[in-house]
Amino acid sequence: MADVIEVGAARGDAPPPAANAARRTASAGRTRRATPYLFLAPYLVLFGVFGLLPIVLGLWLSVHQWDFQLPNRPFVGLDNYKQLFSSDSAVYGDWWQSVRATAIFTVLSVPLLVVVPLGLALLLNRSFPGRTFFRAVYFAPYVLGVAVIGLLWRFLLDANLGLVNRLLGVVGLPSDTPWVTNMPWAWISLVGVTVWWTSGFNAVIYLAGLQDISPELYEAARMDGASAWQRFRNVTLPGLRPVLLFVITTTVLASANMFGQSFLITQGTPGTETRTVVWFIVEEGLRNNNAGRAAAMSIVFALLLAVVSIANFRLFRYKED
Amino acid sequence: MTTPTPTTDGSGSGLRRVGLYATLVALTLVFLVPLVWMVLTSLKTYPAAQEIPPSWLPNPLAGYGYEQILNNSANPVLRWFLNSMVAATLHSLLVLVTASMAAYSLARLKFRGRGVTFALIVGTLFIPPTSLIIPNFLIVDQLNWIDTLAVVVVPGAASAFGVFFLRQFFLSLPNELEEAATLDGANQWQIFYKVVLPLSKPALATLAVLSFLTNWNDFLWPIFVLFSPEKLTLPPGLGLLQGSYVTDYPVIMAGAVLASVPVLILFVLAQRHIIQGVSRSGLKG
Repeated sequence: MADVIEVGAARGDAPPPAANAARRTASAGRTRRATPYLFLAPYLVLFGVFGLLPIVLGLWLSVHQWDFQLPNRPFVGLDNYKQLFSSDSAVYGDWWQSVRATAIFTVLSVPLLVVVPLGLALLLNRSFPGRTFFRAVYFAPYVLGVAVIGLLWRFLLDANLGLVNRLLGVVGLPSDTPWVTNMPWAWISLVGVTVWWTSGFNAVIYLAGLQDISPELYEAARMDGASAWQRFRNVTLPGLRPVLLFVITTTVLASANMFGQSFLITQGTPGTETRTVVWFIVEEGLRNNNAGRAAAMSIVFALLLAVVSIANFRLFRYKED
Repeated sequence: MTTPTPTTDGSGSGLRRVGLYATLVALTLVFLVPLVWMVLTSLKTYPAAQEIPPSWLPNPLAGYGYEQILNNSANPVLRWFLNSMVAATLHSLLVLVTASMAAYSLARLKFRGRGVTFALIVGTLFIPPTSLIIPNFLIVDQLNWIDTLAVVVVPGAASAFGVFFLRQFFLSLPNELEEAATLDGANQWQIFYKVVLPLSKPALATLAVLSFLTNWNDFLWPIFVLFSPEKLTLPPGLGLLQGSYVTDYPVIMAGAVLASVPVLILFVLAQRHIIQGVSRSGLKG
C-alpha cells in the first residue's frame, strides 16, 4: 500500500483547484488506491458467483447435453435450441403449451393489474381521514408470500368447501363452479387471485406518481372548465406516463414469470394447461435432469421477455411524440 | 408521499363523501375477508371445517389445527418457522453489509472501472432471475450447499437491487459532510461508518425490511434446493403440509397463519419503510 495517491486525480476529473489543494493536504495518506475496490469486494464476490457466472454457465449448459446423473455431458451444438422449434421433438408440445399458458396469463392479467391499481390510487389520492389505514389494508395481501396466498386461495376456491362458492350461493348465483379444475375457471381464478394479491403494490407506485403531478395543473384545468374526465385525460394520464411505463413493464415481467399460483392453486390442471414456462423449465432441468435443454429454454425465454419489454418501451415512447 | 395533495373534488359534498367511504369499506372487505377466513378456519375442528355450507364462526373454538402442526414429526412446522427466521435475518444482514459498502464505493469514491462495474450490475436487473435458476442450481451443487442454510441465505444477496437502491440514496447526501470529516482527518472507512451510514438509516431500514420479506416469502428456489424435512423454510414446508393434509383445512390454515403473522407484524411496524421503498422503486423507472 505504498502508492498513496489522490483518487479523484487518477480519473482525470479533478475538483476545483482550491478544493483539490485542501483535500490533498487533508486526505493524502488516507485515501488509498485500493480502498474503493475493498469496499466493492464482498458484493462483487457474491455478484460474480451468483450473478455473472450463471449467465455464462447458462450459455455453456445450453449447448451441452447435461444430465446431473450422467458422467458424460457431450457438446451438442444448437440441438437443445432446435428441439424447441421442431415439431417432431419430444419436448416441442409441452414447451409450447407452457409458452401458451404463460402468454394467456400475461394477456389476461396485465390489463387488470394496470387498471385496477390505478383506480385504487385515484381513490386514495385525496385527503380524508383514514387514508393511510385504507392504503395499508389494500397493500396488506402483497406482504404475504405466494405459498400462503396459494394455500389460502386453493381453500377459498374449493368447489365444495370454499368460501367463494358459498358467497355466490348466498346471493343466488350458481354455487358449484369448479374454480381450480376446469376451464375457463382456472384462468379466471389465477388472474383474480393475482389481482387481489398484487394490486396494492402497483397502487402504491401510482400514488407516488400522482403526488408528483403539480396541483396547479389541476387548478388551471378547473379554471378552464374541464370536467373530471377531461382533467383525468389531459392532466393525470400525461403526468403519469413514466410511472405507467414502469408499471406496465414490471407487471408484464412479473406475470410472465408466474409460477407459485398455478403450482399451488390449480396445480397445473386441467391436464397441464396452466403449467407456465418457469414451471416447465425447472421441472425439465431439476426433476427430469435435462439441465442443458432447460438452460436453452431459459435463454429463449429471457430473449422473448427482452423483446416484449423493448416493444413496450417503444410503443410508449412513440405515443409520446 | 405522506402529504396527500387533494386533486379531484377533495371538498366534495356530504353525499359524495358517503359514496367514497362506502367504496373504501367494500374494498376493505374484499382484501380482508379472505385473511379473516384463514384465521377463523384455523380455529375450527376438522368436522366443522367440512360442513357444507361452511359456518362463519368456529364452533366449537378449537386448537386442533395448531396442535396438529406443533406436534408433528413429519411436518416440523416450528422448525421451519425457526429456519425461515434465521435465514431471512441472515440474508437481510448480508444484503445490508455488502450492498451498502458497494453502493458507497460506487456513489462516493472515484476509481478506474467504476462506470463499467456499475453498468454491469445494473444490467443484470434486466435479466429475469428465473432464467438463471438452472445454472445457479449447478453452482450451489458444486459448492455442496444443497439442503443447507447457506443455499437460502447467500445466492439471493447477489441481487443488484440493494446496490442500486442505496447508491441512489447515497448520491443524494450532501458532499459537505464528507469534506468536513476529511478535513478532520477521517479516512474513507470512518466516513462510511460514522457519517454516511448514520445519515442513511431510513434507506437502510427500508432495504432491510424488503430483503427480509423477499427471503421469508421465497418459494420457487427453496422447493428445489432444500429436501430434508428439518431443513425446510416455511414456504416449501407449507407446500408439503398441503400435500399431506389435502382438505384438512384447519391444519393447512394454521400453517398459513403462522407464516403470515411475522410479516404482517413487520408490515404494521415498518409500513412507512415498505411503502416508501416500493414507491421510490417506481419513480426511478
